[in-house]
Parts: sequence; C-alpha cells; structure tokens
Amino acid sequence: MTEPRTLIMGAVAYDPKVVTIWEGFKAWFAPAGLAFDYVLYSNYEAQVQAHLAGHLHVAWNSPLAWLQAERAAARRGRRAEAIAMRDTDRDLTSLILVRADSPIESVAQLSGKRVGVGASDSPQATLLPLLHLAEAGLEPHRDFQVVEHDALFGKHGDHIGGERDAARALVAGTVEAACVIDGNHLAFTREGTLPSNGVRVLAQTAKYDHCNFTVFDDAPASLVSRFRELLLSMSYDDPVVRPLLDLEGLKQWTVGRTEGYAALGRAIDRFGSIDAFLAQVG
Amino acid sequence: MPESAFVDLGDLPLGEGGHLLLKRALWQAGAGERVRVSGSASTLAVDLAPWCRQQGHELLELVTTEPGVSATIARGQALGARHRGAERAGHAVASRPDAVVDKPPERWGLAARGALVEAGTPRFGFTLDDKDAVWTDDASRLYAQAVAAQWDPATAIPWAEAPALPDAVEDAVVQLMTYLIENETAALILPARFIARLHPHFREVMQLLAVQAADEARHIEVFTRRALLLRSELGLSTAGGQASLATLLDEPDFALASFLLSVLGEGTFLSLLGFLREHAPDPVTEAVARLTARDEARHVAFGMAHLVRHAGRDPALLPRLAAAVERRHDALANTAGLNDEVSDALLLLAAGSFEPPALRQGHARVMTLVADMDAGRRQRLVRLGFPEAQAEQLSALHTRNFM
Repeated sequence: MTEPRTLIMGAVAYDPKVVTIWEGFKAWFAPAGLAFDYVLYSNYEAQVQAHLAGHLHVAWNSPLAWLQAERAAARRGRRAEAIAMRDTDRDLTSLILVRADSPIESVAQLSGKRVGVGASDSPQATLLPLLHLAEAGLEPHRDFQVVEHDALFGKHGDHIGGERDAARALVAGTVEAACVIDGNHLAFTREGTLPSNGVRVLAQTAKYDHCNFTVFDDAPASLVSRFRELLLSMSYDDPVVRPLLDLEGLKQWTVGRTEGYAALGRAIDRFGSIDAFLAQVG
Repeated sequence: MPESAFVDLGDLPLGEGGHLLLKRALWQAGAGERVRVSGSASTLAVDLAPWCRQQGHELLELVTTEPGVSATIARGQALGARHRGAERAGHAVASRPDAVVDKPPERWGLAARGALVEAGTPRFGFTLDDKDAVWTDDASRLYAQAVAAQWDPATAIPWAEAPALPDAVEDAVVQLMTYLIENETAALILPARFIARLHPHFREVMQLLAVQAADEARHIEVFTRRALLLRSELGLSTAGGQASLATLLDEPDFALASFLLSVLGEGTFLSLLGFLREHAPDPVTEAVARLTARDEARHVAFGMAHLVRHAGRDPALLPRLAAAVERRHDALANTAGLNDEVSDALLLLAAGSFEPPALRQGHARVMTLVADMDAGRRQRLVRLGFPEAQAEQLSALHTRNFM
C-alpha cells in the first residue's frame, strides 16, 4: 500500500484556540517537508471512532480517549501507540480539597458527604479522584454523594469550567470536598476563585499522565516518524513556535509513554466508564 | 556543581505571590543551576510540582519538613527564552544618538520605542516608516508646546459677550464659520489618516498628529458654537469648496499632503484667521479666531520642520512638491474656487457696514489679505528651498479656496 502524501491529525475543538494552534503547526511543518492537515471533532468519542475507521492517521487524545482507542483497537486485534506527549502531560496529580475550617481530617470522614467533581468524563477532576476514594474504601454514589459539574461533555474535562465550578461550590458550601487537578489549585488560588487560606488538601492522587498523540499500527510509518521527529525538535527558543507552545501549554514535546494511564485504566474498569462506548464501536 | 541559591517563602503560598520570590531566585541562577526553596504554606507541597511543570523547571526533590516543605529545583531552559533573540527598538529619548532609526522594522509593531521586543511579534504593516519622510527633531518640543497650549472652549471664549449684530453681519459670520468647519474637518481627517499608517516608532510625530487632530476637533466645536450663538441654521457649503478639499484628502503621500495642508493651506489660514480677529464684529468671533490661529501656527511649524529636513535629505522632494501644487491646480481649474458667499462675508466684515466708503475700504482690506496670504506662502516656499521666482509661481497656483 502506498503511503498517503499528507498526514491527517484529529483534535477535539474544546476551545477556538485549537484552530490557531494547529494552523500554526501546519505552517511550521510545511517548510520542514511534512504535509500536514487536521480535522476537528466536537468530542473525543467521535474522534476515536473516526480514527478506528481510518479517517485520520494520528489523534491528539485525552487520557480517556487513549484508553478508548487502545481498548477498541485491541478488540479488533490492532495495536495503539502513544508516540509523543507534552512535558506538561507527565506526572500530574489531582487533589481533593476541603475548606480550611472543615472538620473533615481524613478521607474516611467524607462518608455521607457531598464531593464536587468536574465533568463526568474528566479523568483529572472526576475519574481519578473518585478512584482514589474508592481504593481508600469509599465507593462513589454509595458511600458519598458525587456532585458533577458538567462542562462540555465529550471533551473529557479539557475545558477548565467544570473544575472551577466544583471549586466555587466548595467555597460556597454546597459541597464538602472538591476535586481538581494540581495545576488548577495553583491557578484558582492565583485568580482568586479559591480564597487565601480558604482550603486544605485532604488527599492527593498518585502521579498520572495526560494527553498523547495516538497512532494505530496501520499508520503511515514514515509520515508519523517525520511528524514525531519534528515535534521533538521544536524549541521554546524558536519565536515562531513559542506562541503555539504557550497556547498548547508546554515547553517541550517529549516521547510518549503509557505507564501513566494505569490508574485511569483501573478507574474505568471499576466504574464501567467506557463500557457503553466500547460496546457501541464493537 | 555550584552552591545552590536558597529562597525561603515563609508561610506565603505559591499562588499568592510566592511564585515571584521563586522566579526571582531562578532568574538569578544560571540555566541548569539549582535553587533550594522552603516554606511552611500548607499548599506548597502540592503547588510546587505543577508550577515547575508549567514553567519548564525540574523539581528534583521535595522533602516534607516540620512545618512545611523543602525542595530543590533545577532551572529549565525556557526561562528567559523571550529575551533570547529580542532586540532593542531604538531608545525612548529621541535626542539620544540612534534613538530614532531610519527605517524601523515592521516586527517592532506597537512596541514602545526603546522597548526590548521579543522575536516573533506579528507584522502590522505601518507603511509610513521612513524617517526622512516624517521626522523632525523639533517634534518633541512641538508636542510639549501643543499639550501645554491646549485651551478649554468653555472657558477660553467669552460666549456671553456676543452682542446682537446687524442681520447681514451676523449672516456673514455664520457663513464664514460654516466654511471654516468644513475646512477644519478636512484638516482633522488628514492627520488622523496618516496616524493610522505611521510607524509608532516615530512616537513624537504620532503624538503631534494626534494633538493636531484634537485641535481641529476643538476648532470645529467653537466654529459651530459661534455660528449657532444667535442663529439656528448654518450657512452654505459649496461644491467648489468641497472639490478643493477633496483633492487634499485624495493625496496619499504624507510629504505632499502635509505640504498642501499644513504649509500652503493652514499657512494661508493663518492670514485668514488673523484677518478675522482684526475685523471681528464681536469678542466671541475675535477670541475664536485668535485661539484657533495659535494652534494652526503650530501645525504649520511642524509641517515646515519635517519638510525642511526631508528636502535637505532628498533632492527629489521639491520637484515633487511643485508638481503636486500644479496637479492640484489643474484638478481645480474648472471649479468655482472660493464661493461668493465667503468672499462677500469677508468683505462685509472688513467693511463693517453697507456704506459705500466702508465697502470700498473693506474691499481694499480683502485685497491686502490676499496679498498677505501670498506673501506668507512665498516666504514658506523659499524657506523650504524653492527659488523666489518659483515660489511666486507656485503660490499663485494655490487653491482659491485658501485651504
């Protein structure tokens, strides 16, 4: 089979800046000899399905979309690979916050309480913190109430809005605990969503990884190889790519790895989060 | 490995300003060097890792101490990236050598002159970017003078001191004001258009043109207010008058437009406003003419200053200026020029009444005005470098509409 001339990437349009980012990278790839184009999807499920159907060669996937792709591919006897990720996709943690004046001192004391989470499909603000509580002995929905803050379902929590709403609910007292990614604790403190000395960290998840570029084993090898090579060569010192890296939130692309998705794998096994999706794609 | 720098955040959380202390310590350290940080804020342990990740630093070690944490961070390459390849856009103080460059690059864009400009800024396309065409070392001084000389129409003009004038005289004043308003409108639009094209590197020129446009806005206000002081309607705007002004607005070249507007047009208006002040039938008209003339003199001074400099550097400029006058004259050859209503109004103001001896005297005064206008134009043309004979010829070709 002859290789296509253009590498097609899929990305989810969680924000208008996505167009700026990929138009910018497309223009940067061209003089480097890589014909590149992209297709935007409104949700990760559609993107994974399109990827499986061969409409695109590489997908910029959320961690949940990675697992959807990997497992759906495995069912078909295919193999998925994470070829690259951002430096900022590695070793993240999520926090379970309580108000500073809360009597809650341990995870066990969340029993019977309301726990604010982000979008129901957000790994960082919902699935991973709920797994942390479940593995500590508190089963969501049974031992405590899960209060979801859905912002843009299908975008796997890429939009920050759900987490911010959970943090606001904590401050307002409508939940006793809130789950956010570690970087957003810092961001919400800086922007004033979380008041000074207003919250306490009750628990912190183990480290996990976030997005990656996913390919299947039938991807055009030399195009993918060139794409990966160019990504890894991008330098924050380059004034042309620097604004694009800033928009995408990284300083440097790194090689992909998949060990950091183990916890999320356990979460979806436990909660059955992608069972319906896998059944649907067959 | 050099000794690590150390910063103690005390109980300050990273998200409430602590990051500035850490950033300063990392900035002072070299690339790859280590900084040790400690603090007792309860959230420091969870904030340090994401902060380092986002900033491109490596969190080498995080140890819980009592109270708080102690950490070691290796400074990443990204810090200072915006400074690498950045260039200094001249100098803010125009009088410093090399402060104002001959051809500021597009990439400097809106940056303050003298700022350190990060590489990779967007291109703006300011087409008026040639120092020879726009600059004068007098710009700073003229701008300071312009700002200091701003006057408030509400208090600078004795609006309450307008006596009832004979109807014909009041009509003449209203007609003259109507004429002045449309001329000043052209004089507002022209610099405003050039501001939008001017490279902001030439800051003082940009500021001066902005004040010039604001001056004209005020002039339009006071001329309108004087016209409506005792009347409810304005006078006649003629096709010929507007045709003359249209040729000004059509001129895309800054030097030529500035020459036609400031040197010839506003220069001629200096005589006209002086005439109005001298023969004003009331204190309001006198004050309006006096104050607006003061601003116009500054506009003429700027036009002269940058054109004298330009002409000194570009021998082709004077022939281009001469050709512009001739072209405009040809374009206006078949128009009426100054409308009868305006010329009659001038004569009547100078006469003061319809008595024949007064009218004769008024006519003589208008003739003197026209001669003064011509003399002023010739003098400015000579200062620009035109020979006397050519100055006389070009002055004669100037629009009969004055502006």
